[in-house]
Amino acid sequence: MTSLDVTMTVNGRTVTGRVEARRTLADFLRKDCAATGVHLGCEHGVCGACTVVLDGCTARSCCTLAVQADGAEVMTVEGLADGTDLHPLQEAFWARHGLQCGFCTPGILLTMRELLADNPDPSEEEIRESLSGNICRCTGYQFIVEAVKDAAAVLRASSADRG
Amino acid sequence: MKPAPLDYIRATSVAHAVQVLAENDGDGKVLAGGQSLVPLLAMRLSQPTVLVDLGGLGELSYIRDESGHVEIGAMVRARTVEISSLIADAVPLLPVALRHVGHVTIRNRGTVGGSTAHADPAAELPAVLRALDADVVVTGPSGSRTIGAADFFQGFLTTALAPDEIVTALRVPKSAPGTRVAVQEFARRHGDFAIVAVFAAVELGASGEIAAARIAVAGADQVPVRAAAAEELLAGQDPSPAVLRAAAAEVAGATRPFDDIHGTADYRKKITAVLARRCLEQALPTAERSSAA
Repeated sequence: MTSLDVTMTVNGRTVTGRVEARRTLADFLRKDCAATGVHLGCEHGVCGACTVVLDGCTARSCCTLAVQADGAEVMTVEGLADGTDLHPLQEAFWARHGLQCGFCTPGILLTMRELLADNPDPSEEEIRESLSGNICRCTGYQFIVEAVKDAAAVLRASSADRG
Repeated sequence: MKPAPLDYIRATSVAHAVQVLAENDGDGKVLAGGQSLVPLLAMRLSQPTVLVDLGGLGELSYIRDESGHVEIGAMVRARTVEISSLIADAVPLLPVALRHVGHVTIRNRGTVGGSTAHADPAAELPAVLRALDADVVVTGPSGSRTIGAADFFQGFLTTALAPDEIVTALRVPKSAPGTRVAVQEFARRHGDFAIVAVFAAVELGASGEIAAARIAVAGADQVPVRAAAAEELLAGQDPSPAVLRAAAAEVAGATRPFDDIHGTADYRKKITAVLARRCLEQALPTAERSSAA
């Protein structure tokens, strides 16, 4: 059994650690980087709660070993807000009651961020399809879908302002 | 739900990866994207001594336009194939099929080599490789060899790979221009593994008749099934509803499904016929079928 040194950027901060090969990226982020916004539900790639952004694309951190992310750039939900300014998705989830217990929320926010980057004006069906890998047991998804639509409109308006 | 202790080696070349596998005499396991393997490790259904990670091998991450086929490096992510314009033009069945693989987040990490080597009979990519007569390029200690998809997939999670060989590329024949493709998949939830899925690529002739059809089924045997009898029945025919129904029955006839917690063998056979009919109807839209009739 080997332990290995890993170095990665987590929410803009360079972190190094020595991990067992079997340590998942999720456990590394939670236990070694204190990024406890990475939530672990099923630990086998079904629930989506542990979703992070790995080198620019979403990934399930429970289905990724920490050693696989050596040298990578990782963003967790902790990296989404700009200081105390919430990301438009976070604002919309708050305004629209897009969460109750909040367990699934970090994974959903990062998954929806990727959706809106690829598709700034998704239909309700596209939002629901994109949400299908993230299990929420509280909301029934309706308020999540509404929040994503609101956030999409805000993001479109702000990119139009910049444009 | 934590993997058992194991060693880990990040391969520096294909030769290095093969060497580590050979030294570990069957107890090594290749890690590509990890979307099937890491859950298996977490559930301790797989407990290799050493993982050989191909993640650093940029040389296996390419899509190349060759004459007659497209070569896809083993470490290309499913999502990359799905959104590749080269693939969309040359092998239109692939992106349509890959959209049924898990979710975007899984496709961002899962690789074509990993899915091929894992050989889940319900998986989409192996069925597409079978439908299109793709070749799997594998590399071992004595060099590379090419294995046709028909011979590569041998049983449930079982392939022609030797313990010290790795999948390095897929060679997928280009489809004729204008080839119609369709996928019909039945799963309990979006993104789940298929209970049954049917894949079709159909070439039409000058007068709207079916020039050639390629059909494969996932989830209806221990390996992806090629529906040769249905393809023969369709060749040269006008795509009338009766012809498509008859072909769909032949597709179901080619399967040897099994019972599991998701459905009985009988159920799988029945939905294969329905999915095959829908798949052919989708590939050959009604307007064209009625004008051909």
